[in-house]
Amino acid sequence: MPDFLTAYLQSNVTPGEAGSAFWALIYVLIVFAGISVAVMAMNWLERKALAHFQIRLGPMRVGPHGLLQPIADAIKLLTKEDIVPSAADKFVFWLAPLIILCASFTTYIVVPFGRAHAITDLNIGILFMLGVSSLSVLGVVMAGWASNSHYPLLGALRSSAQMVSYEIAMGLAVVSAVLMTSLNPSGTGTLSMIGIVQAQEAQQTWFVFKFFPLGFIALGVFAIAMVAETNRAPFDLPEAESELTAGFHTEYSGLRWSLFMLGEYAAMIAVSSIAVTLWLGGWLRPFPHWLAGQSWDLVFSLFPGLLFLGLAAIAFVGVGRMPKHPYFKIQTAGLAGFGAVLGLIGVVLFIPPVRDRVQDIFWFIAKVAVFMYLYIWYRATFPRYRFDQLMKVGWKVLLPVALGVLLLTAVAGILF
Amino acid sequence: MPEDATKYLSHLELGEPDQTFLDSNELIINMGPQHPATHGVLRVILKLDGEKVLGTECVIGYLHRGVEKIAEHRTYAMFNPYVDRMDYVAAVSNGLGYCEAVEKLQNIEAPPRANYVRMILTELNRVASHQLWLGTHALDIGAMTPLFYTFRDREEILKIFEKYCGARLTTHAFRIGGCLYETYEGFEQEVLKFVKFVRPKIDEYEDLLTTNRIWVERTRGVGVISTKDCIALGVTGPVLRASGVKWDLRKAQPYAAYAEMDFEVPTGQNGDTYDRYLVRLAEMRQSLRIIEQAVEKLPDGPILAKVPKVLKPPVGEIYHSIEAPKGELGYFIVSDGSTQPYRVRVRPPSFVNLQALDIMVRGQLVADVIAVIGTLDIVLGEVDR
Repeated sequence: MPDFLTAYLQSNVTPGEAGSAFWALIYVLIVFAGISVAVMAMNWLERKALAHFQIRLGPMRVGPHGLLQPIADAIKLLTKEDIVPSAADKFVFWLAPLIILCASFTTYIVVPFGRAHAITDLNIGILFMLGVSSLSVLGVVMAGWASNSHYPLLGALRSSAQMVSYEIAMGLAVVSAVLMTSLNPSGTGTLSMIGIVQAQEAQQTWFVFKFFPLGFIALGVFAIAMVAETNRAPFDLPEAESELTAGFHTEYSGLRWSLFMLGEYAAMIAVSSIAVTLWLGGWLRPFPHWLAGQSWDLVFSLFPGLLFLGLAAIAFVGVGRMPKHPYFKIQTAGLAGFGAVLGLIGVVLFIPPVRDRVQDIFWFIAKVAVFMYLYIWYRATFPRYRFDQLMKVGWKVLLPVALGVLLLTAVAGILF
Repeated sequence: MPEDATKYLSHLELGEPDQTFLDSNELIINMGPQHPATHGVLRVILKLDGEKVLGTECVIGYLHRGVEKIAEHRTYAMFNPYVDRMDYVAAVSNGLGYCEAVEKLQNIEAPPRANYVRMILTELNRVASHQLWLGTHALDIGAMTPLFYTFRDREEILKIFEKYCGARLTTHAFRIGGCLYETYEGFEQEVLKFVKFVRPKIDEYEDLLTTNRIWVERTRGVGVISTKDCIALGVTGPVLRASGVKWDLRKAQPYAAYAEMDFEVPTGQNGDTYDRYLVRLAEMRQSLRIIEQAVEKLPDGPILAKVPKVLKPPVGEIYHSIEAPKGELGYFIVSDGSTQPYRVRVRPPSFVNLQALDIMVRGQLVADVIAVIGTLDIVLGEVDR
């Protein structure tokens, strides 16, 4: 095999560090496609989970249990007429969704899905991520302004104020986690996303449990701020449906609208992965020190395969429960095929080299998935904050708490 | 600024048009008639300073069907189904008000059994109306989930209506002189079963909202209206009671068989959105109490009084009002001795309560306008008629 293929696979660093441009490109493609698929899956899951919170069934028609609904949605959005209001500033109107999309996708360059599974490892990784993700506010303001309409403008103003104020609390919470990295045995801190996870490995604790409850509170502040940052319920004022119809993207339709949605969901996954990296040990498996040893390693490395086999089993149970009517023949076959694919993936994940290489990614995604579920849960549970209350929470509650946590973390770092 | 907006806002002291766009802090936006939170086709012109509301003007009439005029060309019995289309959420109450008004005019006495059945159905409808209000109001404030819970439970009431008279929404359940249909077999048990079923569900709504921090923050102190303003504007129903006035027509001038019922009139103190929410929830519980008592005491006997084939009420006029779920629903009927009313004037609670919108939201934020429209519990079919 040519060297440029194998050099990275035999190493234990990211493609960027290994100097393999080929694999870096492959990773860019994988991440881009993977996030897009994740957004589609999230779309289906959100509709399904939300429906079940609300005693509904959710999508049931397109494919078994609505599994093909995201694809149907995508086709609908792509083929829809692309409307640009005549009073709109055409160029800015066109640019705004692209900026949001680029901002949220660019952040994935430094997201460490595993020790060797990031496009690259920047030494200012977390700074890069916060910086780039906050660019999306620019897209929101541009969209609101370019629409040349009252509701989008109000939505965009709300959004910019909200994102700017919550970024401060978010940043302070991040700093307190970064401070913790300097308590490494080597004595040097790091801003690198991979370095932060390695610091948690070296200190034998996830930062959420470090100086309990300081790390926990910092994660709490971050977890609230990130919901506000991504404009999701209960902080979804910029797109408050009942007040501003749809906020900054009221005038958008079809493909451009779907770019906004893609950007929003990608941003949700991005900020969740920051939280996972900083506080929940990134790609580290649970209890790496408490349940250490060869046999435990083996047990935990079987999880990904078992999960897929479990999903396959659920799919096959579903096949058994499908109505026997001939009308459902294709749907039943589709569900069985889906189960077979899942099962096949599960089997592939048991092969030792794949298993060891992919395990990191599995744990990372599992932790991110918890946050994604929380997003849906919030949406089903909470009413919406009012604008002044939102600002009050940001400036009067989260900011002082984050500052206090930062100070106490510094003090605790010196004392212990 | 659009020309018609200037016309409607003339009393808000807009002053001279601003020299440049940058000099202006004020924004005039149209909320409605196509807007997700205006509960139909209400159009509210908002004058805003940023997010702050400087003034509002309601523009109504998008759902005007001329119900009152139609009455002048229909016989008394023929007009009966039309009233269901005013407040279509509480069609049974509308029918009750109209039938009782005509009965008063004609000097017919509905038999006791009819009165009891009327009361049961009307109170069921009150619960249904409040459930629908709660769901949509919560949805406006951003809580999606209660909507589906309330609709699930409202469905049970509609099933009872459907079984009783064949229609779910615009029921036309009552006739002048009583009810047309005898109750179906198992009616009493089914109603009692529903009461038993819905009590814990009301607690469930409360679990979701009453102590929810965001809900309390969004509703407490929002859209406050004083007792004085309420009375000055003629606001009635739960909105008035939440401002501390113990005024309920079922107690004040009992109709049907309410005098024989034992129930309380819940009131609030602060007159804010939160109090109105609590008052309506308490009202649902009181309605269930009334239903239980009415089913227990349901007398035997005829359900329809002897009514002449052609109704020709004596010359005169009558005003009769009942406590509809949204407030005082009154019918003023003038008879010229013919088979058709000379004039019918409806005093709809939604229309009168909607007047209070302006003083309730002035100085508050845009988001509060939505909350207040929701808490007033207006139905545009009744506002416009």
